[in-house]
Amino acid sequence: MLAPQPKGIPAPVPSPLSQPYWDACARGELTYLRCDTCGTVAPIPALVCGQCLGRSLTWTRSSGRGTLYSWTVVWRPQHPTFHVPYAPAIVAVEEGWFHIGAVIGCEPDALAAGVPLAVEFHPASDDIVLPYFRPV
Amino acid sequence: MTHPYRDVAIVGVHNTQQARQLPGHTSSTIAMEGALGALADAGVDVHDVDAVVSQFAQELVLQLRLGPSTRVLNMLGIPSVLDAASLIAEGRAEVVLIAAGGAGIYTDRSATAPWTRPANEFVVGYGLFTAAEFALMARRHMVMHGTTPEQLATVAMRIRNHGHANPQAVYFGRGPFTTDDILASRMVADPFHLLDCSMTAEGGCGLVLTTAERAADLPGTPVWILGAASDSFGPAYQIAPAWDMKHHRGDIPAGYVGRRAAKIAFGTAGLTPADVDTCEFYDPFSFEIIRQFEAFGFCGDGEGGAFVEEGSVPFTTDGGTMSFSHAGINAQQIQRVIRGVEQVRGSCATSQVPDCEVALCSNGGSGALFNDVVLVGKERP
Repeated sequence: MLAPQPKGIPAPVPSPLSQPYWDACARGELTYLRCDTCGTVAPIPALVCGQCLGRSLTWTRSSGRGTLYSWTVVWRPQHPTFHVPYAPAIVAVEEGWFHIGAVIGCEPDALAAGVPLAVEFHPASDDIVLPYFRPV
Repeated sequence: MTHPYRDVAIVGVHNTQQARQLPGHTSSTIAMEGALGALADAGVDVHDVDAVVSQFAQELVLQLRLGPSTRVLNMLGIPSVLDAASLIAEGRAEVVLIAAGGAGIYTDRSATAPWTRPANEFVVGYGLFTAAEFALMARRHMVMHGTTPEQLATVAMRIRNHGHANPQAVYFGRGPFTTDDILASRMVADPFHLLDCSMTAEGGCGLVLTTAERAADLPGTPVWILGAASDSFGPAYQIAPAWDMKHHRGDIPAGYVGRRAAKIAFGTAGLTPADVDTCEFYDPFSFEIIRQFEAFGFCGDGEGGAFVEEGSVPFTTDGGTMSFSHAGINAQQIQRVIRGVEQVRGSCATSQVPDCEVALCSNGGSGALFNDVVLVGKERP
């Protein structure tokens, strides 16, 4: 069964630009940075919209629902603190962006394109909570 | 219009010893060995070098007493060759040395190699590393087109058998391999088995470029740059490597990064994929060969798996990063160009493609969101 990683893995270090994203994760909310002018989702935290060059971008709450777009099952961990197998994945989120994360709560052979998923949160360290996705 | 690289000749190439480990060497010292070897191969006096393109350009200028010289701190592969070519084409230098190497970097063997472990905040918590990032692209292609693990294994088998035959390869004599051998190796990041992945090694290399005029007085036969270009969709290992990611230039998705670059390179060269005798493709993972055949127009979208099974075009003939060497920073990228030059010279001790006139060399791959392309050939453009 694919499960969240234990505390102690190499944890994200937020930047001033990304801090709101991690603060929202700690509240149990998945957010994305959306341009107020044209609606384009910024792929990484930024001051400027790459589509229309608008400077008003807002962290927006996602439904946390999506479908499995692509995945891998890792058996040789990146770092010994990771428990295998684990399943990094790209989720096509309902609001129209690709989220990189990991799938939990199923067997590796249940992973398939289009599987509906919902976000849930688990701590990676004392300071950081990570979004994961579970089949629904 | 005059060809941009008409007056630019590749006259020297060299690979140092490549090995899992080269005790006593650092990246800088093995790059120096690559530099000296390439100068010797060219028959160029070291004191004629007036430009260095390298991660270690300043150290090389100092140690070889080349000052005053141009130095370009380019740590990439094919783009460093193009920097060198531009220096000559624009008359800013006459003899340009490129050198690269990696040694003493991968010491903690309990984890994957340090250059494969991204620390970026959006990927680090998910245990992503190079194999997993590239697997996300490969998996999507399998979903869309039905590409099979056996087709991936066919790629790995071919490349590893080139390495098996090549006495210079780190994994010389380790085969021969069948597709079953590839599929039976342990799973690293599904769909990639261990033998679908590049390895890690240490080694250096060098390349020397000069003017056509000087090349005429050198002992060897020059090789020419026919066309080149680079594509990027952004920094590697920070965002989801989604096949369908598109930017303003919406007709080419991230999965086909390199397509625009190949089109530019073929356009400059006045060639098509049918003119290419060997594809010295960068091979971080087996799937990337299939993808590049599609991206560069050798076959239709989704047909790359069948194309490699058919096997009409040779690829990665020295054994590539799977079997020849993979020193980690950029030596293994420059080595694609070195192999292309060797093929066009007709000097390969193993896996020489008969009557090789044109080689297409590439760097990078979809999982890293970049792909560089250069065509080298026998005929002066």
